[in-house]
Amino acid sequence: MMKRLSFPLTVLIFGYAFLYIPIFSMIAYSFNKSSLATTWGGFSLRWYGVLFENSQAFDALMLSIRIALVSATFATALGTCAGIALYRFRSFRGRRLFSGMIAAPLVMPEVITGLSLLLFFISLENLIGWPAGRGVDTITIAHITFSMAFVAIVVQARLAGQDNSLEEAAQDLGARPFRVLVDITLPLLAPAMIAGWLLAFTLSFDDLVISSFVSGPGANTLPMYIFSKVKLGVKPDINALATIIVALVTIGVVVAMRLMTRKDGGKKPG
Amino acid sequence: MNDSGNVYKQHETIAVNTEAKSAPIGHGRPWMDPTIEPFIRVEGVSKHFGDFAAVDRVDLDIYQGELFSILGGSGSGKTTLLRVLAGFEEPSTGRVVIDGVDMAGIPPHRRPVNMMFQSYALFPHMTVAKNIAYGLKRDGMRKAVISERVADVLDLVQMSDFGPRKPAQLSGGQRQRVALARAIVKRPKVLLLDEPLGALDKKLRESTQFELANIQYKSGITFIVVTHDQEEAMTLSTRIAVMDQGRFPQVGTPTEIYEYPETRFTADFIGTINSFEGSVESVSGSEMSVSLPALDMTLQVPVKNGISNGDTVCLAVRPEKIWISTSPPETADTAVLTGTVEDQGYFGNLSLYRVRLETGEIIQVSAQNRERQSERMIDWDATVHIHWDIASMVLLKE
Ligand SMILES: Nc1ncnc2c1ncn2[C@@H]1O[C@H](COP(=O)(O)OP(=O)(O)O)[C@@H](O)[C@H]1O
Ligand SMILES: [Mg+2]
Repeated sequence: MMKRLSFPLTVLIFGYAFLYIPIFSMIAYSFNKSSLATTWGGFSLRWYGVLFENSQAFDALMLSIRIALVSATFATALGTCAGIALYRFRSFRGRRLFSGMIAAPLVMPEVITGLSLLLFFISLENLIGWPAGRGVDTITIAHITFSMAFVAIVVQARLAGQDNSLEEAAQDLGARPFRVLVDITLPLLAPAMIAGWLLAFTLSFDDLVISSFVSGPGANTLPMYIFSKVKLGVKPDINALATIIVALVTIGVVVAMRLMTRKDGGKKPG
Repeated sequence: MNDSGNVYKQHETIAVNTEAKSAPIGHGRPWMDPTIEPFIRVEGVSKHFGDFAAVDRVDLDIYQGELFSILGGSGSGKTTLLRVLAGFEEPSTGRVVIDGVDMAGIPPHRRPVNMMFQSYALFPHMTVAKNIAYGLKRDGMRKAVISERVADVLDLVQMSDFGPRKPAQLSGGQRQRVALARAIVKRPKVLLLDEPLGALDKKLRESTQFELANIQYKSGITFIVVTHDQEEAMTLSTRIAVMDQGRFPQVGTPTEIYEYPETRFTADFIGTINSFEGSVESVSGSEMSVSLPALDMTLQVPVKNGISNGDTVCLAVRPEKIWISTSPPETADTAVLTGTVEDQGYFGNLSLYRVRLETGEIIQVSAQNRERQSERMIDWDATVHIHWDIASMVLLKE
């Protein structure tokens, strides 16, 4: 006799099914021999071949990677500074306001962020002539803006979970504040910074809404390219492309999670 | 600004000497000698967090070579005071002078003190050897000198084989040794130790306690040890400052603190004591008579300053100062009290008794078990006779 499933468990199974069945079926169909999106014609890597011959898709992929690399790097640098500042200067006036404000981009509807950034870029161009038009630069800046918040939060969490006396011990042993930062704070933050970087990378890599707002002619990121293609009907090569993205993002998130939950303070420096 | 004028470098006179010194400084009593200047002066130091005074107007003189303990319960302000000495907290009032230099405004990295943290604070991403070398590197020492000093100090704490390990690969006791090694390798004038043995289990704590005293003696560094363990403070220290709510009710040698506690807090905190409230009946010359209702007795005790007729005072006696027997003692020059054993505890070497007097008062008595006994000599509900020497009583404040 089958055991009856409890209500919460049933809900859980349905929830996961809704989340993951579409993704898995998309991955499965990317290996479909048939060119009909809905019928299975046997296993094949045909659509991956088609994809790599499609220079538009390839350009979009390279552009997305370029933007993601640059924006993740800047976001990590700025977000780390913000995280350290928010944690270190715990008692400055209005600190709660600042901590709250750094979390705002996480919950702000993307259309709002996108629209406000667009308006900001336009007025900035009118005022000082930069950025001239919209394109790769504006997308990169927009991505730095919102992913920096995620890095700051990851860094802050790492600092909060760590023994404050480590930095004091270094000071006590004769290290000046800058040395403490270089020798102790940053090495201990390295896992959080790498995790933040990977997070920023994936956020930038799959952003569609904000990029669409601040993009200009000729600057088509991968999600924008896919979205425009899908409007003309789903082709199996898009499935292949999406599968590649899923793989990249999964690797990024898994590595980030592992780094964030790791206990030891990372590898020894130098 | 000349930052290279590091306070450390001017005073590298204290060497780690593995041979016993002929006249160790700590064995004298520098605090009794008015010609000796204290090494550390704490003058009216307070530390406020908001309205709350974690350290409240304390004064302290500590002499070179002392192993000075600050003993107090959790939250009494011990760590805060150490942090003021190390420079992590600016005192709200008062000043700290170390070796004649006022420490006001001198940041931690330029003070001639090192601290061993309660959490040890070993750098997790560095090996044991690198942890220890860190402070020496900051002084810009040559590599060869550094590795020599690191090897020496690892030897001193018996951790020679552990240089290449990471802190995560060490046991609690080993981490403690590394933390100590890292703190003394710079040969500071003063070493501050925040509950150095607090994280160790009881057995290890006892053996490490003596090693710590030994290392202090060999290195000649002035140690200020914070602890909540009264036994530890009693066995280790040249002197003890008892700390309570940010203040020092008493500062003195272990013997003074134990035998002549000044306040009820100190008497209760260090060991156990039987204390009795009484009122002063009359003062005559150097003696006064105090009536103690709890004992149904009036005692003649030496007068203490500022006490007059009618005052309420507190007289106390330690459990081991009391004689106990089943038969009335033949010779006793003080009154003998009679009571029944309400409770007793056998500890092997000694036994503890809780004796209820006819007045209802309960007195704790401890007695050495000098003779081997297969059965208890004094059993529950036995009628016993107790007495003590009046001279072993102390008069307590509050
Ligand atoms: N940074 C701080 N801010 C506010 N209160 C503090 C701070 N540090 C310590 N205190 C308070 O001061 C008191 C003494 O603390 P501490 O010196 O750590 O005690 P101990 O080391 O004797 O256990 C405690 O009540 C603690 O809550
Ligand atoms: Mg403490």
